[in-house]
Amino acid sequence: MKWSAVPYSAIRAMRRNTMRTILTTLGIIIGVAAVITMVGLGQGASAEVEEQVNRLGQNVVLVFPGERSLGGVSIGGGSANTLTVEDARALQEEIPEVIAASPEVRSQRVVVYGNQNWHTRIYGQSADYLQIRQWPIESGEMFTDEDVERASLVAVVGQTIVEELFEGADPIGETIRVRGLPLTIIGVLERKGMSLMGSVQDDIVIVPYTTAFQRISGRSHAMVINIQVYDQQSMEIAQQKITDLLRERHRLAPDQENDFTVQTQEEVAQAATETSRVMTWLLASIAGISLFVGGIGIMNVMLVSVTERTREVGLRLAVGAREPDVLLQFLIESIILCLLGGIGGILLGIFATEIIASYAGWPALFSTEAMVIAVTVSAAVGLFFGFYPAWKASRLDPIVALRRE
Amino acid sequence: MSVIELKNITRIYKTGSVSVDALKGIDLTIQEGEFVAIMGSSGSGKSTLMNIIGCLDRPTSGNYFLNGEDVATFTKDKLARLRNQTLGFVFQAFHLLPRTTALENVELPLLYREEELSWKEIHKRAREALDIVGLSDRVEHTPNELSGGQKQRVAVARALVTRPDVLLADEPTGNLDSRTSLDLIDMLQRLNREGLTILMVTHEPEIANFAERIITLRDGLIIKDRQSVQMQASEALKNWKDVDEIEYENSVSL
Ligand SMILES: Nc1ncnc2c1ncn2[C@@H]1O[C@H](COP(=O)(O)OP(=O)(O)O)[C@@H](O)[C@H]1O
Ligand SMILES: [Mg+2]
Repeated sequence: MKWSAVPYSAIRAMRRNTMRTILTTLGIIIGVAAVITMVGLGQGASAEVEEQVNRLGQNVVLVFPGERSLGGVSIGGGSANTLTVEDARALQEEIPEVIAASPEVRSQRVVVYGNQNWHTRIYGQSADYLQIRQWPIESGEMFTDEDVERASLVAVVGQTIVEELFEGADPIGETIRVRGLPLTIIGVLERKGMSLMGSVQDDIVIVPYTTAFQRISGRSHAMVINIQVYDQQSMEIAQQKITDLLRERHRLAPDQENDFTVQTQEEVAQAATETSRVMTWLLASIAGISLFVGGIGIMNVMLVSVTERTREVGLRLAVGAREPDVLLQFLIESIILCLLGGIGGILLGIFATEIIASYAGWPALFSTEAMVIAVTVSAAVGLFFGFYPAWKASRLDPIVALRRE
Repeated sequence: MSVIELKNITRIYKTGSVSVDALKGIDLTIQEGEFVAIMGSSGSGKSTLMNIIGCLDRPTSGNYFLNGEDVATFTKDKLARLRNQTLGFVFQAFHLLPRTTALENVELPLLYREEELSWKEIHKRAREALDIVGLSDRVEHTPNELSGGQKQRVAVARALVTRPDVLLADEPTGNLDSRTSLDLIDMLQRLNREGLTILMVTHEPEIANFAERIITLRDGLIIKDRQSVQMQASEALKNWKDVDEIEYENSVSL
């Protein structure tokens, strides 16, 4: 037996059946690439969520007006008017564990600069807000407690505002208008990216909450109170003290329900993390289906050519090939196909993940586990259906294999 | 010495509930260097007999001695070696690999030789074999680019390329015109004179006459086995006239 003839025959056979080779390889490529991409994206999304949970700020407690079920994340709510600015002040002053409290009020408004318009969210906050959120200033500065007291017409803006209204130019010292109200920009925030809920956090204008209450929102009550607690150990006791103090301030009888909800950022984030985990599983299932479909494709292509392969085996046996010679040839052919498909699939998968991830702003993550599983499954299908008919044929008398129709 | 010795060989094909007695008890001895023609009408069992002699199929009962050894005792590997080196087989249906050049088809048996040949030697021998069957100019053609006769000659080249002791040819002239048939027979006769044992199935009596022994099958039994006065294909070729030559002569004499 001429050993170099084995890979030679295998490659000849692949070239002879170009269509079969391409379709089989394609089946493997698609299956593998789908799995890598889906799992990669799912994991990237999860990682991004986790990253954002960390970025939310540390030791943060949120107080919402009204009764909210745990994990209910409808941030847009806050319809009940139970939290006042005085509540926020009292929390900060009377509870030692609370080192900062910012009553929040949000409005959707059109902001005008020159002849540019931009629809954005205006947040009323205290001077401590950026510290609570651990959100650094890129240039300029945050407004002060004094600005809050005086309800100064100043604003700190996010990157989206800089891009949309100022086309990237330095906006510090410029004046923007909200319904005719002039606001002087004194600071620009660092880029923060997408929030857990998928909104662009950089699309924001922050003003002193006094300014927001009096001149912009027309509201009198806080939608949220953002609170920073001294350290991780104090979180539980702080939550208890906050609850007690607010109940006392709101004069709630012992049998009355809270008219507010105290939640940690972690609790809020949990729901989002849960959602992203579900997404990962969903994507993984789709990937599994792709793999399955790819496998069926490989199987079909291979089965269509079984007759021809059987005859080829018969002929090779008839001219003096031994059983192992023939088997090795078909094994090598199948391995080459699976290798090509596997490598192609991995490359395509990585490429697709990178592209989609960069588009979505997630990190591109690659799970070797997913790669191994995807390649193994497709390779197993390819090997089995490429090799099995040849193996069966090689056990026949040559003339029987040759006559197969 | 007898190369092939068949003793009471039978072959029954079973397909579902139907069984066909293709061979009903064949006794046959072929001596080294013989040129034998096997004749018989369609369905008389000629191909079945050839397949068994070619070790491509196994008899239902009976004994087959090849060079004095009982084939039934051979391992798969030994059978493969026999098919590769001792026996050369020309299939009635050619069985060439599709989309593969004539040269590569002919090279196929050489790839499976026990003692390895260099690629150079493999190419050289395959070209020589194609040369012998007169297809040097069709080396790179694939089967679907070849006529029936050309395919048959590729099949013959493939059977001869390993220089076997016995050539088994199932209707090798079945697809050839009479001139090409004569060329092929002439070639076989030359190889036969050099010592090749030839068993050739044919249903054409004119072709059978070029053999030195003619065996006739009917319904799976040998009904006639006679020595014949061997005609020489080379003689026939000398006197050969093409159809248009004959027409030309006829038109001149008119
Ligand atoms: N693979 C097979 N299965 C069933 N019957 C077969 C098979 N091959 C041949 N036969 C039958 O065996 C008989 C002999 O066939 P075969 O040897 O091909 O005849 P020949 O070559 O003389 O025309 C025929 O009746 C044919 O129908
Ligand atoms: Mg026949």
